[in-house]
Amino acid sequence: MIKLQIGMSDIKIKIIDREGVSHEVDAPTDMNMNLMEVVRSYELAPEGTIGICGGMAMCASCQCYVQSDHELPEMSDDEEAMLSEAFNVKDNSRLGCQLHITEDLDGLQVELAPEEA
Amino acid sequence: MIKTDILIIGAGPTGLFAVFEAGLLQLKCHLIDALPQAGGQCSEIYPKKPIYDIPGYPEVLAGDLVDNLMEQIKPFQPGFTLGERADTIEKLEDGTFIVTTNKGTEHHAPVVAIAGGLGSFEPRKPLLENLEKFEDNGIAYMIKEPEVYRGKKVLIAGGGDSALDWSIFLADVAKEVTLVHRRNEFRGALDSVEKVQQLKNEGKINLITPAEVVALKGEDHLEKVTVKDTGTSEERDIKVDNFIPLFGLSPKLGPIGDWGLEIEKNAIKVDNTYDYQTNIPGIYAIGDVNTYPGKLKLILCGFHEATLMCQSAYQKIFPDKKYVMKYTTVGGVTGFDGSKKEAPKAVVKSID
Repeated sequence: MIKLQIGMSDIKIKIIDREGVSHEVDAPTDMNMNLMEVVRSYELAPEGTIGICGGMAMCASCQCYVQSDHELPEMSDDEEAMLSEAFNVKDNSRLGCQLHITEDLDGLQVELAPEEA
Repeated sequence: MIKTDILIIGAGPTGLFAVFEAGLLQLKCHLIDALPQAGGQCSEIYPKKPIYDIPGYPEVLAGDLVDNLMEQIKPFQPGFTLGERADTIEKLEDGTFIVTTNKGTEHHAPVVAIAGGLGSFEPRKPLLENLEKFEDNGIAYMIKEPEVYRGKKVLIAGGGDSALDWSIFLADVAKEVTLVHRRNEFRGALDSVEKVQQLKNEGKINLITPAEVVALKGEDHLEKVTVKDTGTSEERDIKVDNFIPLFGLSPKLGPIGDWGLEIEKNAIKVDNTYDYQTNIPGIYAIGDVNTYPGKLKLILCGFHEATLMCQSAYQKIFPDKKYVMKYTTVGGVTGFDGSKKEAPKAVVKSID
């Protein structure tokens, strides 16, 4: 397992990839990262299939289902609009790029939504 | 047949800037892009977003950056084949290439530079059974010829501008227009949303929200779609002649992936130690579409890659010529249109 960085400010996140494999990863809270970037840095989804728009909530390639009951930041209009157009959307869908890694998210568990055809 | 020196596939910022660098070397460029306008992602996805890492611009809107690039390359008179996707490439015996688009337009050039970004933007297709079967048999993702829908029963799905705009337009053309959207709220220009509201009140648009199309029915041609109310989960069949899902566009590497180029991580491998050439001599890949150790998908990196690519292209096209790089501050910019920009000359004159 690749380690992003070793620090006191890491949180643990459980990410279930598109093949159903579960990964417990360390995510830094002090590197201005979002969940989509964490997934990419650990290469849990192939490059070019996630974070296509770069994190502007303008594609749904980083859609994930939030399985733990963490208090999440409210959806922006952009995120809500994107999820209203996306496929495979469920009640617990969020865009990974809009979830900023903070200490509050320690123990977060998410599953990546299927890749759009 | 369109002939040029460097055929650039992709009219995003990297492709556009390549025209400038090629122009300084007196090389002509032609660009192909699947989108109907130049600018790539900057125009299609985020024209109103500010970019902060273009050297020399503390802040620039993506759309403005494209406008500026278009202005910068104007003297070099680039040709454009827009709204067409580069489909096939053929290497001729003399080492030059013919690239043909999905609409059959042929382009001939000694050098091909793929500046394809994330790939060509294709319509996002809903995940429905039998979708392919009904494509061109009642299902279309783009409205090319509105007259096709005259007197027809049309169902449009989507909640963005194109779904709204086409519903409005077809309300006057089709026999029946139904608009299905997963939410009650629409995201689009205020005018369009209000117009749809008005047409709904007048009974000219049948609006079904919150709902989605969940099944397609028909023998050879589409006959009915099943619409599910996402609130109550109730399903009903609606008779239609045409179903038009308008869920926006998403980029796909597409046919370029079958050109025999070395692909890694959905990107084209290039030689970053020298000139960003691919495994096929004469084909280069620059900007977001390429990959190499340490690659960063940044516009500014694309500019650099485009510049070095042009130097190599020059040597390939003129193997016997020796080129000495000249600064624009020294040599100015001489356009193919006869225009000349240069620094004003200092006056050498004695003062009595």
